[in-house]
Amino acid sequence: MKTHSVTRSKRRRGLSPFRILCGALLALFVLVILGLVAADVSYLYAKGVSWRHAASLLSQERVLFALRMSVATSLTTLILVMLTAVPVGYALSRYRFPGRALANTVVDVPIVLPPVVIGISLLAFFSFGVGEPIRRALATANLSLVSGLGIVMCQYLMAVSYCIRSVKTAFQGVDPALEQVACVMGCSEWQTFWRVSLPLARNGLIAGGVMSWARAIGVFGPIMVFVGTGPHVLVMPTTLWLELSIGNIETAIVIALIMLTLAGVALTLVHWLSPDGTAV
Amino acid sequence: MNGLELRGIVVHVGKFVVDDINLTVPAGEYFILMGHTGAGKTLLMKAICGVQPLSGGQVLIDDRDVTDLDPRVRRIGYVPQDSGLFPHLDVRENIGFALDLLGLDTRAAALRVEAMAEEIGIAPLLKRHVRGLSGGERQKVALARALVREPRLLLLDEPVSALDEGTRDDICTLLARVHREHHLTALHICHNRAEAERLGDRVGLMSNGRLVSIETGNPAP
Repeated sequence: MKTHSVTRSKRRRGLSPFRILCGALLALFVLVILGLVAADVSYLYAKGVSWRHAASLLSQERVLFALRMSVATSLTTLILVMLTAVPVGYALSRYRFPGRALANTVVDVPIVLPPVVIGISLLAFFSFGVGEPIRRALATANLSLVSGLGIVMCQYLMAVSYCIRSVKTAFQGVDPALEQVACVMGCSEWQTFWRVSLPLARNGLIAGGVMSWARAIGVFGPIMVFVGTGPHVLVMPTTLWLELSIGNIETAIVIALIMLTLAGVALTLVHWLSPDGTAV
Repeated sequence: MNGLELRGIVVHVGKFVVDDINLTVPAGEYFILMGHTGAGKTLLMKAICGVQPLSGGQVLIDDRDVTDLDPRVRRIGYVPQDSGLFPHLDVRENIGFALDLLGLDTRAAALRVEAMAEEIGIAPLLKRHVRGLSGGERQKVALARALVREPRLLLLDEPVSALDEGTRDDICTLLARVHREHHLTALHICHNRAEAERLGDRVGLMSNGRLVSIETGNPAP
């Protein structure tokens, strides 16, 4: 009886074998991730790269150009992603229509596609059929796809599905009864959306936007395939790869640390908006 | 004049049907709608509001056919189950929500909100956030929000069901007073026979989507 009571008591304190196993795996995973981050820093330390040297590596013109290009394109992408994700996410969360299941599946396709496939698909799309006249029209307007425009297309396709999912979840969390009350109280559909649905889903929307931006700024494969690595289309991931390929490992790692810092800021923001992480 | 008239109302939700509801509530009457859970009472109320599509029938408020009108122009005061307060707004903003839409200037709207809060007895709560309110306070705020727009018809969906006995009695007294002073036509869904007899001029019973009987109640003097 006593042993049984002790065992139950231990389980209440969270010492069951199952909990210990889960906790150990969690700790191991956290250690692996932190170890990877620490490896970048310790590599620079081992190679004798001081803070000043790291700053000089960062201030190289091509690195600064890549940083500016990454920020500009990813912010443009973020705006386009939000303009798409908010109405699409709202429609998927609220409306029942024929083909809804299919629409839900198609919206998620970019999430499961290998990134390089998105690059190849963009190349194929603009090579013939509907896409070819669009490319010609853009060229007539002096807009090349091998530019920030192409980068934004790649980032958009890689990020938009994540944002739609997040926005959809956020709107699903808004009680439809509140929207009905707003309608009865005098709101049009637009007013209900702006005054009730949007503010109540705000945290989820911001979290989705932040995660999409973090995703966009790290896009590599599609940009390599669709836009290339010309000096005027370099972004941080492609610059990192180029630096690595010519043996400038220190510069590559400094860029990696910048990207890690941005990702860390984005994640912190997301968790701050949603303490239990459910906003994403 | 009839405050509310329902002519052959039919509502389909999945396999459930609110079927052929005919009801006339004279202007100023307090009508209680009772019935077991799932009888279709809330569905009928939402159909009157216009947020639940009708499969058939007509809704008339103050003898005016509003069947095809948008919910926002029906001038209904609606207190849903669980009060339906907007959690991102404080008490003042909740009560004044509809006034912004009417185009009232800020000062006039603020005065109207304060007058309504005073009348309902929640003036000290105006700056409070709705998350911190008790059940009774929430219902009073919801009632103030429904009345501030000066509705023609007041719809109350189980406004006191989740409250303790003392608070329930307090809210019922308030409802009787508000109904009397505002000369409102009211439709009130409840489960409690004593509450129905206390407030209702008449009591209707719904079962399986049908209005099966109407009795005379014992309204409060």
